[in-house]
Amino acid sequence: MAAVSMRLPVARKAVGPSAPRGGEKHLVAPGDTITTDTGYMRGHGTYVEEEKLIASVAGAVERVNKLVCVRALKTRYNGEVGDIVVGRITEVQQKRWKVETNSRLDSVLLLSSMNLPGGELRRRSAEDELAMRDYLQEGDLISAEVQSVFSDGAVSLHTRSLKYGKLGQGVLVQVSPSLVKRQKTHFHDLPCGASVILGNNGFIWIYPTPEQKDEEAGGFTTNLEPVPLSDREVISRLRNCIVALVTQNLMLFDTSILYCYEASLSHQIKDILKPEVMEEIVLETRQRLLDLEG
Amino acid sequence: MAATELLSDEGYRADGRRPAELRKVRARMGVFTQADGSAYIEQGNTKALAVVYGPHEIRGPRSKALPDRALVNCRYSMATFSTGERRRRPHGDRQAGELALLLRQTFEAAILTQLYPRSQIDIYVQILQADGGNYCAGVNAATLAVMDAGIPMRDYVCASSAGLAEDTPLADLSSPEEAAGGPQLVLALLPAAGHIALLQLSARLHQERLEAALEAAGAACHALHAVLDRVVRERLREVTALLGD
Repeated sequence: MAAVSMRLPVARKAVGPSAPRGGEKHLVAPGDTITTDTGYMRGHGTYVEEEKLIASVAGAVERVNKLVCVRALKTRYNGEVGDIVVGRITEVQQKRWKVETNSRLDSVLLLSSMNLPGGELRRRSAEDELAMRDYLQEGDLISAEVQSVFSDGAVSLHTRSLKYGKLGQGVLVQVSPSLVKRQKTHFHDLPCGASVILGNNGFIWIYPTPEQKDEEAGGFTTNLEPVPLSDREVISRLRNCIVALVTQNLMLFDTSILYCYEASLSHQIKDILKPEVMEEIVLETRQRLLDLEG
Repeated sequence: MAATELLSDEGYRADGRRPAELRKVRARMGVFTQADGSAYIEQGNTKALAVVYGPHEIRGPRSKALPDRALVNCRYSMATFSTGERRRRPHGDRQAGELALLLRQTFEAAILTQLYPRSQIDIYVQILQADGGNYCAGVNAATLAVMDAGIPMRDYVCASSAGLAEDTPLADLSSPEEAAGGPQLVLALLPAAGHIALLQLSARLHQERLEAALEAAGAACHALHAVLDRVVRERLREVTALLGD
């Protein structure tokens, strides 16, 4: 006889600081006039009509000298050079792959901007073009770095480092890009026994920590050895922790994920997704992060 | 005929409202996590759900892509159980197709589509319960969903209907009032600038009475704007407080 627990959905209660820190922010909604002063420059999330600066998205106003922007709470990913992204191949074209990266247009990964097996300085021949599908095919997940951003907002990627390349076994979590904190490194080997890639585009990849670091193949051979149960448990726990942090709008970075993981250890993995448990562990994480800041 | 029944001798409507009074509005943003933006609205017994995906790469034929702006793709559907009589509409009907087109026109006027060349924005509206002003509820829900997705818009789009009982304009018609057969005016307004995104008149109306009906619908849109604005600001405050600095 299996015990079945049934639950009804209720409105989410957000746990968090009762009063916003750092003073009241200037919040605007579309159509609100931000300023009638013509001395300001128009930034993202604003437009000018009849010499008035008007907000076009709902969010907080940010001023940098003369530049006025409105940052929306949640948007699609806007690429910036140097960002680490995780993406999924959607199309194989002549000399390039199209990659879905939660951006406004699919990103491109050129054949010439990736390391092929057999050394960095190898010439790309017609055979390579024909064999593109052997390297990456539709549906494959990759990690890459943003090489450049085109004028229409599309992004060009590169994988010219052994860090990047095809992703093997693991779990993908999709979150809002605004919840991923920008840091020096987005590849983390967590002490709990798994690694995460926190893509700037909100795609998060959780995978077992690889044993040997120096991979020769340039990241095209995927390890298909079965992952031990203990590793899988750690990965699923991390996944549920990340989901918990995201539902409570907490920024994601290595420390917050680790604290949340530690806070969750007293619960079963599947219980982390229960709203009351989620609330409890996120509250504890938030408190520890605040203590850390001092 | 119908006109006498629409308004009682005391000046109240069948559901107890005054002529210019709206039905109770309840709205919520961000009801789904999967979509880029989503919203739910109740206007009286009319309930609508809107979901926005995008801007994203064009799905389907590449030739649909516009070189200078985003393509707005809309779908309007009514749930099987939304009307008094249960009806399955597997592929939508003619009316749904037309309303989807109107929805598209409305939102092309409001969204700053030129910021996203060659991409596509999907707006899906579903009516869960139909009790008059379905299209208006759909537009209002879609406005909140677009805002939730962080897509730049000129302004809110607020829609409301208006009708006439003899000479008295009635705002926000309910289903029995729509069925009474009087003229009905649907107005979608960008309230801050007062631009009209859509104006639809379902029956012949004398020119002299148009002004009054338009005014009533406009006032209803402004009232709705105030309500929606409150919902948006409430949500903004909530989320920014959570995000901290």
